[in-house]
Amino acid sequence: MGLHIHASGADAERAAVDTRVLSRLLRYMLPYKWHLAASVLLTLLVSAAGLAGPYLIKVAIDQHIANGDLAGLNLVALLYVATHLVTWVASFGQTYLMSYAGQSAIYTIREELFGHLQKLTFKFYDGIPAGVVMSRVTNDVEALNELISNGITHVFADIVTLGGIILIMVSMDWKLALATFVTLPFLVWCAVVFRERVIQAYREVRNKIANVNANLQESISGVRVTQSFARESKNSERFDQTNLENLQANMQAVSLYSVFAPVVEVIGAVGTCIVLWYGGKLILSQRIEIGVLVAFISYTARFFQPIQDLTNIYNQMQAATAASEKIFGIMDREPEVRSSPDAIELPPIRGEVEFDQVVFGYNPAQPVLHGISLTVSPGQRIALVGPTGAGKSSIINLLSRFYDPQSGAIRIDGHDLREGTLASLRRQMGIVLQDTFLFSGTIRENIRYGKLGATDAEIEAAAKAVNAHEFIARLPQGYDTQVNERGAKLSIGQRQLISFARALLRDPRILILDEATSSVDAYTEVLIQRALEHLLAGRTAFIIAHRLSTIRNADRILVIDDGRIVESGRHEELLATGGLYKTLYEMQFKYQEQ
Amino acid sequence: MSVVKRLLNFTFRYWGRILLGAVAMLAGIGLQLAVPTLIRGVIDVALNPRGPRPELLGWFALGVVAIHILRGGTSYLERFSMEYMAQRVIYDIRNAIYNRLQQLSFSFYDQAQTGQLMSRATADVETLRRFLGFGILALLRNLVTFVGVFAYLLALNWRLTLVAMATMPLLIHAVTLFGRRVRPTFLAVREQLAQLTSVLQENVTGVRVVRAFAQEDYEEAKFRRENQAFLETNLNSIRLWAYYFPYMNFLSGLAAALVLWYGGREVILGRLSLGGLVAFNALVMQLIGPLRMIGWLSNLYNRAATSGSRVFELLETEPEIKDSPDAVEMPPIAGRVVFENVSFAYPTDPENLVLRDINLTAEPGQTIALLGATGSGKTSITNLVPRFYDPSAGRVTVDGIDIRTVTLNSLRRQIGIVLQETFLFSASIGENIAYGRAGATNEEIIAAAKAAHIHDFIMSLPKQYETVVGERGVGLSGGQKQRVAIARALLMDPRLLILDDSTSSVDTETEYQIQQALANLMRGRTTFVIAQRLSTIKNADQIVVLEDGEIVEQGTHAELLETGRIYRQIYEMQLRPQDQTETATRAVAEGSDA
Repeated sequence: MGLHIHASGADAERAAVDTRVLSRLLRYMLPYKWHLAASVLLTLLVSAAGLAGPYLIKVAIDQHIANGDLAGLNLVALLYVATHLVTWVASFGQTYLMSYAGQSAIYTIREELFGHLQKLTFKFYDGIPAGVVMSRVTNDVEALNELISNGITHVFADIVTLGGIILIMVSMDWKLALATFVTLPFLVWCAVVFRERVIQAYREVRNKIANVNANLQESISGVRVTQSFARESKNSERFDQTNLENLQANMQAVSLYSVFAPVVEVIGAVGTCIVLWYGGKLILSQRIEIGVLVAFISYTARFFQPIQDLTNIYNQMQAATAASEKIFGIMDREPEVRSSPDAIELPPIRGEVEFDQVVFGYNPAQPVLHGISLTVSPGQRIALVGPTGAGKSSIINLLSRFYDPQSGAIRIDGHDLREGTLASLRRQMGIVLQDTFLFSGTIRENIRYGKLGATDAEIEAAAKAVNAHEFIARLPQGYDTQVNERGAKLSIGQRQLISFARALLRDPRILILDEATSSVDAYTEVLIQRALEHLLAGRTAFIIAHRLSTIRNADRILVIDDGRIVESGRHEELLATGGLYKTLYEMQFKYQEQ
Repeated sequence: MSVVKRLLNFTFRYWGRILLGAVAMLAGIGLQLAVPTLIRGVIDVALNPRGPRPELLGWFALGVVAIHILRGGTSYLERFSMEYMAQRVIYDIRNAIYNRLQQLSFSFYDQAQTGQLMSRATADVETLRRFLGFGILALLRNLVTFVGVFAYLLALNWRLTLVAMATMPLLIHAVTLFGRRVRPTFLAVREQLAQLTSVLQENVTGVRVVRAFAQEDYEEAKFRRENQAFLETNLNSIRLWAYYFPYMNFLSGLAAALVLWYGGREVILGRLSLGGLVAFNALVMQLIGPLRMIGWLSNLYNRAATSGSRVFELLETEPEIKDSPDAVEMPPIAGRVVFENVSFAYPTDPENLVLRDINLTAEPGQTIALLGATGSGKTSITNLVPRFYDPSAGRVTVDGIDIRTVTLNSLRRQIGIVLQETFLFSASIGENIAYGRAGATNEEIIAAAKAAHIHDFIMSLPKQYETVVGERGVGLSGGQKQRVAIARALLMDPRLLILDDSTSSVDTETEYQIQQALANLMRGRTTFVIAQRLSTIKNADQIVVLEDGEIVEQGTHAELLETGRIYRQIYEMQLRPQDQTETATRAVAEGSDA
């Protein structure tokens, strides 16, 4: 595959080449400037050694073979070996140094990008699918590789090679050289226009294969539904259509590609033809010697590669600009929530929470909380209820400082949340989300996530307190059982218990809990209710409640509707007043799943 | 070997193309040898210093162009035929994989991972394509080229041929080393990238947990470790590659130097013409090329064999559940379902009976509520009715017909299934509702949506029934999805219904709508329901309480409250709170009235 069409960023997106973006990219190469410089020098050496080959053959033919000079021939042959030895050593050094610099730069970019992603807040993650974030750190960073590990040195190599060929040819015989150059525009045309069409065709192939894969993926995920509805044959027809479109796009690309290489060869042959015919005439009229002809044939064969590479550089710069813009776009994004420069370490807190006229909207033009005010004494248990979209999640998101309020303030023990560092705040908080995400690793590691330094004994104690120990101990590998990304081997209820243990291990003063709602069986339900009591005991707690037992045991129920606290009180009181709570209660908790 | 044979079975259908490709290839090799012959003719005949024949010069030069045009034609034919064949074969294989995946039973999907299936259908198939497109003829091409060039050179000057061959052992050694030492590092790089990606993926999908526990530093350290390892693996690979690759080039150069040195000598001694030397020099590279390809080809072959065996393993997996040879169409169902002494174990774990000796009769139109802890066998019972699995012992009949004697299609088309997790395909919401009845009219779809209480919601979407949902469309909430599933089942108008009535927590309004939709759906159909709602259970004609795969209690709500020990327990723990709150509400309401 000498054409490198697949490798040359055919699938990368295009953008206008932006030198500011590229120079920012190149700044990552700065620490390796000596590697770069050495690599460029070695590149020049490699190019020069490569160009020397045909010239040495010319010398051998015209000066030594023609004159029967055996000693001279030996010397030239040795020189010829020497040029290849130089090429070997120099290209090793060049490739390695350049790759070292490029890979190190990519390492740094990846590291910085990941570090920045750790600072970005939910506002960022809300607006972007996980797959896209992944792609920034993997594909887009990898897309830079082509330019910064190969592209830069190749430019030098190609210019030197092309310039060298032209120079040597002109110096050997300028008339013959000019005659040969007639083919150059056609080669450039091939490299630019024709190749562009091939690349376009392959881009279409990539779209079509993506459709095939998406169809396949969905069919596998939904296979149980398909079989339930006996839709197999219909689906097969649909897949066949997608598959056929992919085949057609491929054939389009293949037929273009199959023409491309022969066309380049024929243009090259025209060059050789000119050399043979015109060069032959020059020899017959004794103006050049035969070795020149032989050298010309070799050099004309070497025209195309550097021309193709040089035109490709522009594509590479486009691809690198596009990728860099996306990467820097993330790096330049300021986290909406961060510790202010003069933030203090929050002292150990007691757990008094105050919301003071808090207004907040994910989109500032559309507030979802309209002036929430609220005071909670240490150790109080608050249940939040209300229709979907009323603002319950926003309240706990603000208390966790995943977002900052637009106006008003939230205080813990009298400290505005924004006064303290994020780390010192969250260290004293336990947050249990509805989606009990477990990391791949052992159960022990997952519980330890709550407090990295925890001993095995502490972990077991936490698990025991939330009734998780029993089922964990029954697993074949106990605490060392591996759970995968979504903890698929564990039931929903078991995952919840593990996430309780994780929060309990932290021993937070303030606990924030978004009660999970998926149905679990009756036995597990009882375990969870008891575990909750353990987890909540003696802490200030904010709970988005879905369980009847939770609202019953709350010190205060806040009924949220349309971003306001509309009712507040204990269960019996609120039922007696007969407002929104009563309606909610009848419709939601009466039919509660379990 | 058998993998290749099976692969060839797919390719034989396109033998005409392969033959055309092979003929074009052989012709191409012949033409390839002709070019140096022409150049030799120019130097030795047309420009012969002792008797030049200038009139031939133009003909030789034109000959070069003519041969390249011909060769362009053969290389186009070769490339295109082989690619055409490869693309067609891959198209066939993809369709075959897809159809097989559609047929495989639930037991297969219980064990298979989507990712692995995808990689067989994509990456493995792609490897096969490359092998078919380049690999199949490459062995022949290299062999013929090598033998042809070798014979040609021997005829030209056998001593020089032997000298040039002196570097071959070194070259073969280098090619072997490359395969043994360098290729494994490519694999290592890929594996480390996968590792890095999975850490990244967890970080992105688990971002809420990371923030909640303020473990950003820990995550960065984890990522840094993988990033560092990726850098090192990469550099290690590049170091080896950058050494061995130019080394092979050096050995080729060494062969060329030997030709120059010894060939020059032969010319001086008059045993070889100058044109012969030039031709020799051009051809010696074509002798080396095939040798350098050996490693690449054997790697291509090995990978194709591995990929092929994975693909064919999948293609040859037989569905466990399929139509018996003499299966008949299931006549329209009345709805009497009988389990006769049914025992069942999952095929993966045949020792472990999950249902023991179940006897159960559902009369047409009856609702059977299944109750029990996780793992008690509720789901297994519902899986046996649409024949997602077959019983290990006993039989299931519908209207007195053993369901193993009828076709799967005719059976499943008459059963409606609504599961807890609803899978929607990336298609319009209308198409999703019509999934079970492809020919449904718009009116029918709308009627079903209305009965499922989802019509109003659909009309509020930007493109109403044309709105694309699923992974690549608008995301629906759990409650909305469930009602789409109910509409889907309603549209099928089945006599038999299988239902999981649990819902992830939804707001009041939705809860009410789902209640109504379910009531509409169940009316007048034989229904097996995995029940969580008290209302469903109370209204059931039969409640079946399962424990460890056995029916332990059976009867109506009133009967079981009297006699059922386990039902009473479940009722107390799980259902009574729902009941009590109802009473309490009523009491409070009455109290406030008084």
